[in-house]
Amino acid sequence: MSERSWETVIGLEIHAQLATRAKIFSGSPTAYGAEANTQADLVDLGYPGVLPVLNGEVVRMAVKFGLAVGAKIAPRSVFARKNYFYPDLPKGYQISQYELPVVAGGTLDIVLEDGAHKTIGITRAHLEEDAGKSLHEALPGLTGIDLNRAGTPLLEIVSEPEMRSAREAVAYMKKIHTLVRYLGICDGNMQEGSFRCDANVSVRPKGQEKFGTRAEIKNLNSFRFVEKAINYEVERQIELIESGGTVVQETRLFDVDKGETRAMRSKEEANDYRYFPDPDLLPLVIDEDYVARVRGELPELPDEKAARFSSQYGLSAYDAGVLTASRELADYYEAVVKTLDGAEPKLAANWVMGDVGGALNKEGLDITACRLGAAQLAGLLGRIIDNTISGKIAKEVFESMWSEGQDADAIIEARGLRQITDTGAIEKVIDEVMAANPKQLADYRAGKDKLFGFFVGQVMKVTQGKANPAQVNELLKRKLAPSP
Amino acid sequence: MHNLTIKQLSDGLRQKKFSSVELTQSALARVEKFNPRLNAFITVTAERALEHARRADARLARGEGGPLTGVPIAHKDIFCAAEVRTTCGSRMLDRFVSPYDATVVAKLQAAGVVSVGKTNMDEFAMGSSNETSYYGPVRNPWDETRVPGGSSGGSAAAVAGRVVPAATGTDTGGSIRQPAALSGIVGLKPTYGRVSRYGMIAFASSLDQAGVLTQTAEDAALLLGAMAGLDPRDSTSVDEPVPDYAAELNKPLQGLKIGLLKEFFDGLEPGNAQAVQAALEVFRKLGASTQELSLPSLPLSVSTYYVVAPAECSSNLSRFDGVRFGHRCEEPRDLLDLYKRSRGEGFGAEVKRRIMTGTYVLSAGYYDAYYLKAQKVRQLIADDFRRAFESVDVLIGPTTPTPAFELGAKVDDPITMYLNDIYTIGANMAGLPALSTPCGFVDGLPVGLQIVGPVFSEARLLNVAHAYQQETEWHTKIPHGYE
Repeated sequence: MSERSWETVIGLEIHAQLATRAKIFSGSPTAYGAEANTQADLVDLGYPGVLPVLNGEVVRMAVKFGLAVGAKIAPRSVFARKNYFYPDLPKGYQISQYELPVVAGGTLDIVLEDGAHKTIGITRAHLEEDAGKSLHEALPGLTGIDLNRAGTPLLEIVSEPEMRSAREAVAYMKKIHTLVRYLGICDGNMQEGSFRCDANVSVRPKGQEKFGTRAEIKNLNSFRFVEKAINYEVERQIELIESGGTVVQETRLFDVDKGETRAMRSKEEANDYRYFPDPDLLPLVIDEDYVARVRGELPELPDEKAARFSSQYGLSAYDAGVLTASRELADYYEAVVKTLDGAEPKLAANWVMGDVGGALNKEGLDITACRLGAAQLAGLLGRIIDNTISGKIAKEVFESMWSEGQDADAIIEARGLRQITDTGAIEKVIDEVMAANPKQLADYRAGKDKLFGFFVGQVMKVTQGKANPAQVNELLKRKLAPSP
Repeated sequence: MHNLTIKQLSDGLRQKKFSSVELTQSALARVEKFNPRLNAFITVTAERALEHARRADARLARGEGGPLTGVPIAHKDIFCAAEVRTTCGSRMLDRFVSPYDATVVAKLQAAGVVSVGKTNMDEFAMGSSNETSYYGPVRNPWDETRVPGGSSGGSAAAVAGRVVPAATGTDTGGSIRQPAALSGIVGLKPTYGRVSRYGMIAFASSLDQAGVLTQTAEDAALLLGAMAGLDPRDSTSVDEPVPDYAAELNKPLQGLKIGLLKEFFDGLEPGNAQAVQAALEVFRKLGASTQELSLPSLPLSVSTYYVVAPAECSSNLSRFDGVRFGHRCEEPRDLLDLYKRSRGEGFGAEVKRRIMTGTYVLSAGYYDAYYLKAQKVRQLIADDFRRAFESVDVLIGPTTPTPAFELGAKVDDPITMYLNDIYTIGANMAGLPALSTPCGFVDGLPVGLQIVGPVFSEARLLNVAHAYQQETEWHTKIPHGYE
């Protein structure tokens, strides 16, 4: 294989379902998972005589996104009809924006694995309606149509072909995912299809300027699939070219089970969509006052927040990035820090990312479903900071808090986990340990320094881990020292 | 009482000369008597009409209701009416029962109007003779071997034959004014956006506009007042106050500046030309002045129309695919077969011709040459009209080049058929209000006079037509056998 001599070129089209209550052109609800065809009204069903009316909320959301990526908000954009026949497309056309999208020309910074930054261009973002679903399995021998999803608002975010590896593509997609959730314009739920993408993939010999022929991999709804599908596709294209073949421009599907892409339809049978401006909808006109108002509604964005976390809390760029990956996680972290009056923000960061993150991962939960409130976690960390318990005991307490839901203090009291800081008490235990282990004591005093750890362990064992580790260390050093 | 205008019926109802139930029964009786000859109705909703009439009588008895309460009319079968079959003149919707009311239907019903049924029309409003209807052609009451015009042919024949005092219609390229002219009645197409299109089955969305066919300008004023206004369900309806159209009918025409378009007199038959010239004399007598004008882009309007309208129709009619409603073929083999046969069987020849034309002009490689260019020409036409209205108040000319032609005469020659709309299409291209009123006869066939104004000048158009009707009796003529 000579992958080293090829360059991969990737562009993504991300479909973010906008988190509105009503559909883009009708008053039907958008909630996921309802019984088939219960969330589609006459407009969604494309009945004779009905007309679309634009939901203003989707415009506000698109403008928010545009501002967040530093794009231009079009003062005038146009809804067009994309014409094709399909049973789950009730009107025989999809209303989308074609020549004049609402958002054009933004950028997004991504951080690569080596810590380097890269800026990816965002060509455009446009509003459109989703289609319904064809159900091939529910009815044997027949195709069912569920139009609940028909008319659900989508923001299609189109990148420049500026990504050079599957990992870059995933980093970009993750960043967009974070951003739309920060903005509150998309719930980001990938299983339910609220956030999915099409990947345009091509390869070209290194150093060549002209793009190779691209294949479009449709409907990827997890970061893992994006990475796998692109890697498979890149390899397929290189192998094809190197064995004398040519890549054809086509649409491909990723087979999750087999881990490979396969052709869906080729360009020869591609539709001519006959786009033209939808005469039922007036051009979308957005004035500067409106844009200014929406700008005022923007929350602190992920990059701004991460920079602030680094400077305000002294966190590494990596930690700040992890903690600001979602707005809810960042809020949780800041609530913990605030409850501790700003004491030990690094300790808080380690716990939120480590123990809390680990516990959430284990149960497949996200921070919004965290069993421990920020105040509860702060209560636990406070006991570490004021030396009531050691870090090690704290982990035990944390586990109980997680499973039982009690506060740290209650658990510490009930189980008597309060740290032993009484010098006399610790000395007494040390004396017992020394008396019980005369051989080890002699060896240590003869120069076997490594045995120090053994004595620490014994003291901790007797005190059930409650002795203050720093004090144990200090007292042991003194007592174990050969008698003068 | 079938000869009375809406205004006279309204007064009579209030004076208890007759009840709404009596009027409705009379209309239903005339439907039964004349429809076998005219074929003006596709669906008659007798029980429903009588029920609405009883309710109207109850309101009138309590001293409630407005000027339209209890007045029977008919709706063009392009308007969806809840729980009523709505066919649009097509086999595709032969068994389609609408689950909802068009805004026009709901508004008129709220005003107390009683609908007796749905009138025949060219299939999906595509035609100028009412011969493309799946339900067969409508006959012109002035000469039953001739067409009533189209596409609102059923509405025109029903009003001309005094089956109902008025009816609704839609006008995409002349579909209200041309049949009104050919049938000797008044037809008003309002400004684009004046009346909601919600529930009106779309032909060409950027051109379609609902209006009325009546005996008098006064009746048109009463009905338009009840139909017009902003509709939140139609993004192209306009937020413009609805004036009291009836209140402005009697303004004197002294000083009115009338423009005569050179292009409106090209290709006009001598008899029609004479009738129009005589009408202009009447206006001059009333104190109006006339001046000749030219709209250089106007001759392009028919060819432009036959790009824009089919393009929009090709997309608008895609929803009729046999999947959710409308005609579905028997035992489709697969999806493609379902589409092909359902649409192939459901649509008639003219509809198919326009879908194909429209699909062609929107296709990759042709879009710029046809659709985009047509939109540019359309803008030129609108600009020409706007300039004309800087020097005149209204434009007056013929509605059609000829009187009603014989059934079957143009059916095999679409281009000749299309040219029947040569004078009417301009107003649709520019979104302007326009009205046709009877202005004479040629060999016993009515001739229509067209009055076009700037946007939202309906009150002025109705005023001009009303003043003319006070001086002439053409609009009061009733076809022989229908008196």
